[in-house]
Amino acid sequence: MSSSGMKTEKLPGWNRPPVIDTDGEGELLEVAMGPHHPSTHGVFRMDVVLDGERVIRLKPVFGYLHRNHEQLGQSQSYLASMPYTDRLDYFCSLTNNWAYALAVEKLVGQEVPERAEYLRVILAELTRVQNHASTIGFLLQEMGASGTPLMYAFREREKILDLFESLTGSRMMCNYMRFGGCRVDASPAWLEATRKVVAGLPAFVDEFERFLMTNEILMARCQGIGILRPDLAVNAGISGPMLRGSGVNYDIRKIDHYGIYDRFKFRVPLGDHGDIYDRYMVRMLEMRESISILNQALKELPGGPVMDPKAKIRNFRPKPGEAYGRIEAPKGELGFYLISDGSPNPYRYRVRPPSLINLTVLEDMCLGSNVADVVLIFGSVDIVLGEVDR
Amino acid sequence: MKSVEEIKAAIEAAVHGAMVTVIPNPAPIAQHSLLIDPEHAHSVAEFLREDEELALDFLSNVTGVDYLDKEIAEKIKVTRQVSKAVDGVEQMIEETVEETRKRVVPGYLEAVYHLFSISKKHGPVIIRMRTGNRTDQVELPSLTPVWRSAEFQEREIFDLFGIVFKGHPDLRRILMWDEFKDHPMRRDYVEPDDFEYEPTPHDEVLKRAQEHKAKVAAGEARQ
Repeated sequence: MSSSGMKTEKLPGWNRPPVIDTDGEGELLEVAMGPHHPSTHGVFRMDVVLDGERVIRLKPVFGYLHRNHEQLGQSQSYLASMPYTDRLDYFCSLTNNWAYALAVEKLVGQEVPERAEYLRVILAELTRVQNHASTIGFLLQEMGASGTPLMYAFREREKILDLFESLTGSRMMCNYMRFGGCRVDASPAWLEATRKVVAGLPAFVDEFERFLMTNEILMARCQGIGILRPDLAVNAGISGPMLRGSGVNYDIRKIDHYGIYDRFKFRVPLGDHGDIYDRYMVRMLEMRESISILNQALKELPGGPVMDPKAKIRNFRPKPGEAYGRIEAPKGELGFYLISDGSPNPYRYRVRPPSLINLTVLEDMCLGSNVADVVLIFGSVDIVLGEVDR
Repeated sequence: MKSVEEIKAAIEAAVHGAMVTVIPNPAPIAQHSLLIDPEHAHSVAEFLREDEELALDFLSNVTGVDYLDKEIAEKIKVTRQVSKAVDGVEQMIEETVEETRKRVVPGYLEAVYHLFSISKKHGPVIIRMRTGNRTDQVELPSLTPVWRSAEFQEREIFDLFGIVFKGHPDLRRILMWDEFKDHPMRRDYVEPDDFEYEPTPHDEVLKRAQEHKAKVAAGEARQ
């Protein structure tokens, strides 16, 4: 549905989690799921109150991985924060780099050369493919298909990480983008290898999609569970595949046209029901669109420098002012908010973490469902704790 | 989309008594922001969300900013009466002297909200609120009842900056543990002395070890 149908009379508390009544038999059981639970994707705790099997209340507890990333960013120069952004969402370091570079480029009015923009798009879409593939792999893992389907995803992810390694020198902590371009140029051999990997991706997606399309157990456990209403999703600031799984057409690549996304033809997949299944299906379809963007970008990739020769690197002191730069990261809207006071360090360095804000509605989605579904609903949010706790 | 001046005019027309100030942004991106007075913030926020033309239904980013107390040294011209001998006769003469005076401008904590519209596909509109000072007047109204996405982010500001959001449904620390006392994102935050025993201290660690030892001897820190 479109978000235009939201202009209805809103009672106070409409966007709060509902109160679930107990059945009045037996005692309530309080369970701490996590922090060392294999399904929590890291160190994260959910304090769940159960009435039998039903979830009555759920409170997420954060902070186990908190290292005050923002304070670190404020105590060092702009460029020195670039490798730290890799550690936010360590699955998608390249999109983190891009978001940060974009915010700084907005702050100083820096242009980016054509070839660097294309390389950024290629790397960001490769990141999206490997992130979504792993997420779906984790879903199957959590549902009890131990090992094998996840390894299908990781096999493909490995190919993409090899590409990252040969271009940037690191598989996960890429530290590749700079203010005004990229650190190193891609060689023709790398581009050839990338074309080969991208050519193999549709076959992988076809094969992988069969897990979602034909598996009866998966459908029974995912469809109609963990429903997120579109009006609540918008009000709670949900972004990324989770928002689109609820049917709200909002993709920052289409809205902001940051970088050069206005040059590529791609569609924005939307869900109908906003349940777990739709969220995963949206990710599956997004992988196909990413492959289409990759093919277009690899075909059109121009020559030229990858770094603006006029970009200031030494003595980098932005003039006083502020900027908010955001991109469509695989997990949602990743934004960086920077305030400069003219000194070499940012006065304020803020990360808008999509993983944390997408967890706002975790309680709403889990209430009333069985405790076994909590694991799947939580997995469908797709979070990385490095970004949640910062 | 409307410019910030038009949005300011629209807010002032819709919400009676609201004080809105445009805060210019000198960066090339020129995303100017609107400073809202805390008293009317809730109605202003509801207006921004429900207005047909603005329809800012998506609150993307909420963050705090800390501005320290500033000491400003000003040169002020002061006239005063000075007795001086003019042509051998003692006379009172008015004289203008420059004097340096110091004045403390109280700092404040600021909450910054980045709003977008999903239905109209525009944004950002940036609104800010400021506290009275950094110590005892740190209350601001919570905008969580209007936009749920502020729930965790306002908790984070409460935790790391120490702004108390009135009307927040669940205002607790989010990243630090409950017993923690200070606000680590404040600019005058001092790290606690949490020195751990090192068998072979050297360089900086040696210095810290010696400082810690001295503190323990003075009874200021625990072993």
